[in-house]
Amino acid sequence: MKFSIQVNEGPYQHQAADTAYQFAKAAIAGGHEIFRVFFYHDGVNNATKLAVPPQDDRDIPKLWSELAKENDLDLVVCIAAAQRRGMMDVDESKRQGFEDSNLNEGFRISGLGQLIEAGIESDRLICFGA
Amino acid sequence: MAVKKFMYINRKAPYGTVYALESLEVVLIGAAFDQDVSLAFIGDGVYQLTKGQNTEALGQKNFSTVYGALGDYDVNKIYVEKESLEERGLTLDDLQHLVWEDEDEDYAEKDSIRLVSRAELADVLAEQEITLSF
Amino acid sequence: MSILHTVNKSPFESSTFDTCLGLAKDGATVLLIEDGVYAATTGNSAAEKISNAGGISFAVLGPDLQARGLEGKLADGIKVVDYEGFVNLVAEHDSVQAWL
Repeated sequence: MKFSIQVNEGPYQHQAADTAYQFAKAAIAGGHEIFRVFFYHDGVNNATKLAVPPQDDRDIPKLWSELAKENDLDLVVCIAAAQRRGMMDVDESKRQGFEDSNLNEGFRISGLGQLIEAGIESDRLICFGA
Repeated sequence: MAVKKFMYINRKAPYGTVYALESLEVVLIGAAFDQDVSLAFIGDGVYQLTKGQNTEALGQKNFSTVYGALGDYDVNKIYVEKESLEERGLTLDDLQHLVWEDEDEDYAEKDSIRLVSRAELADVLAEQEITLSF
Repeated sequence: MSILHTVNKSPFESSTFDTCLGLAKDGATVLLIEDGVYAATTGNSAAEKISNAGGISFAVLGPDLQARGLEGKLADGIKVVDYEGFVNLVAEHDSVQAWL
């Protein structure tokens, strides 16, 4: 089956990001396809490349980035939510006149239409949030 | 493109958190995809639709006016749970009067808000294919 | 259409659990995850609501139960699933509704 996942919360603040990750991992292991993971609200913060969590705890942004790379996943960060919260890739950052960008590998920034498309194209859409 | 029954669930009050505002943004963008869209306002979500919101002193954007535009975006199935209103001491009169124009009936103005009981809403929810929660 | 409902809030913290039960129809499944697993424990008002919701199946995410030290307090009739089981529940139902 084709699953899409919506993640509404940032890393660590709420368990949503963890549960979504575990679900995605289990779905892949079960032979399902993840059509898209869409990060909305504070969920965009899962895409940061600057997180340095304590060594003895899981590194949520890194886990997502690696899951994406290993499985060729489409991790989409909503541009509107990202702009509000200062999550930028190189192009967006240049466009806004900033020097720095913070979007991690494995993620891309795009519009809310990607979430709707995910709902249309997938067999199931599961939301994780607070 | 397939047409699916999309349901947006709104259970949170406005301004205290960002969910009400950002979920409305999804609805507006989503309108371009010509799906079979419904919105449900349940629990504190009903507070999103109240009249007379004035955010000047708060310094936040007053986005309550946007609900009035939903009809122009072909979003006209807006379910409000009766019990949620009653529990909060509200009536339909406390909510904005949301309308849409039915082009199949000479652009006659019709109510977008469907006041439903919990049981009726349960039936509506049971038909939905894609549910977005915020 | 068969619906899988997910509830992730403690029934004592928020009305989410009650709202979900009020809107789930017979034949649906309610999966308790994250802090929602507290509703799967014995000897409280949630347990009573679950046993009164005859037409609804209940499941609970095992890893969340274990994390919170609740395995010994699990109410009867609630199926424990792991993340693989969560995925299977999603596949087996026509649609998922998240009660956040």
